[in-house]
Amino acid sequence: MHNKTIAEISRDLAAGEYSSTEITTDLLARVKDLDKGLNSFITVTEEQALAQAKAADERRAAGNATPWTGVPMAHKDIFCTKGVLTTCGSKMLSNFEAPYDATVVENFNNAGAVSLGKTNMDEFAMGSSNETSYFGPVKNPWDTDRVPGGSSGGSAAAVAARLVPGATATDTGGSIRQPAALCGITGLKPTYGRVSRWGMIAFASSLDQAGTMTRTVEDSAMMMNVMASFDKKDSTCVERDVPDYTSTLNDSIEGMTIGLPTEYFRDDISAEMQQQVRNAIAEYEKMGAKVKEISLPNTHLSVPTYYVVAPAECSANLSRMDGVRFGYRCEDPKDIEDLYCRSRGEGFGNEVKRRIMVGAYALSAGFYDAYYKKAQQVRRLIKNDFVEAFKDVDVIMSPTSPTPAFKFGEKTDDPVAMYLEDIFTIATNLAGLPGMSVPCGQVNNLPVGLQLIGNYFDEARILNAGHKFQQATDWHLKAPQGIE
Amino acid sequence: MALDQDQVRKIASLARLQIDDGQIAEYQTNLTNILDLVDQLSAADTDGIDPMAHPLDAVQRLRADVVTEENQRENFQKIAPATEQGHYLVPRVVE
Repeated sequence: MHNKTIAEISRDLAAGEYSSTEITTDLLARVKDLDKGLNSFITVTEEQALAQAKAADERRAAGNATPWTGVPMAHKDIFCTKGVLTTCGSKMLSNFEAPYDATVVENFNNAGAVSLGKTNMDEFAMGSSNETSYFGPVKNPWDTDRVPGGSSGGSAAAVAARLVPGATATDTGGSIRQPAALCGITGLKPTYGRVSRWGMIAFASSLDQAGTMTRTVEDSAMMMNVMASFDKKDSTCVERDVPDYTSTLNDSIEGMTIGLPTEYFRDDISAEMQQQVRNAIAEYEKMGAKVKEISLPNTHLSVPTYYVVAPAECSANLSRMDGVRFGYRCEDPKDIEDLYCRSRGEGFGNEVKRRIMVGAYALSAGFYDAYYKKAQQVRRLIKNDFVEAFKDVDVIMSPTSPTPAFKFGEKTDDPVAMYLEDIFTIATNLAGLPGMSVPCGQVNNLPVGLQLIGNYFDEARILNAGHKFQQATDWHLKAPQGIE
Repeated sequence: MALDQDQVRKIASLARLQIDDGQIAEYQTNLTNILDLVDQLSAADTDGIDPMAHPLDAVQRLRADVVTEENQRENFQKIAPATEQGHYLVPRVVE
């Protein structure tokens, strides 16, 4: 049963092939069995899951089922879940039971979905390897000596290992697309403002966006139908109709123009990696798409821009973690200053502290113009590159990450080397565009991802393009050894 | 842009983060490397470019000035490290 996709489970439940309780029980047992070796979950909510499954079966019997009623899934531990531990991968929130549900969680609850628990992640979503989690690293199901990518490494590994057919995730600089690529699954980051950020613990508010981790593009469209909604509780959420993302999946892509940015096919990306992506492009040409070389000339400035904007916003957002109202508090503080400094010093890990400090420095008196304002100006240049490019092309394609999954410890001593892991994904967040990664090949038995970047609110088109690719190829069906 | 150890201590104190003395050198190296990466921005020509704060250049939505939240003090204070009679407890601030 664990090889079923969301679409298949939805159809099977509707046809009465099995009940939600049966598949939920089956997957919970699988989590217990396999996750000891992967560490993809921080919290498994067995009792709640079985209660949700029972309620879903009753709802179906009463004739009120939605396509999601009774379908099992999981949430990244960055989404607040009422009465359930919500740690954000940090010691700081290791005792935090959220007092309310995030809008994304509420949307899935209302649709009748069954959550099996909360997935592991880099601490406060800061990392590209899942090695910064207070709860230990997640292992890549394709090779347990390697990282699953990050920050949504738990969601990616759980989906790749067939523990759940889909999971929520978030992406601030590549945190959905890069782990999706490294774990051989499909990951979509929607347009900034498409999905509510309410109840999603903030890292960099102008970049954070919730999205989907699934094995197929069809399942991603099904998740988007639930996740995308206008929410007046999130002032940056955009009031705009939500299409049925599944209805255009099979549209013809004949005549679609694909832009290939020269800056994303660099000499330091291995020939094998590039070949996998070129093969995918050739597949699109067979389906009648046209290919055009384009230039995004400010690409080289995207990582430096990100490492001003994201730390600056994180230093402000994480100031609420002070040991007073919730979360970790140090033992025996001698005064209020000691309470703040030790609670934060002991509660946050090194990467989080580094980023808070970079942000505090960039925002401090005398440096604001040179760092934050300058970065915001370059951010507009980066956006303008995309606006210009989308005058001539429908979709932009590139590798998702510069390398396949790397080994544990390989980049932990050098933060800058880790930051360059997101070199192809960061610009999309800075511009606020939707981006997706789909599996498109393998190098040394490790998955490689193809990134599809769409124009603003053009999720339906990249889902359409991704689905057509998955109809023509079988990379998304490949499973890690021992997982089948 | 190389930071010295006193600058690292000052930034940590501004951010209310206790950093152990034994770790200051490591932070110094890492923060300096990050700032070197960021310094590539100074070469970009941004004359006349408006700073971009929001990807869609959206403006703040307004709403009617009415009460929308219910009081949930007990609910929120249940998860606090220390409270008394509806207040959050911290070490004495005023002697």
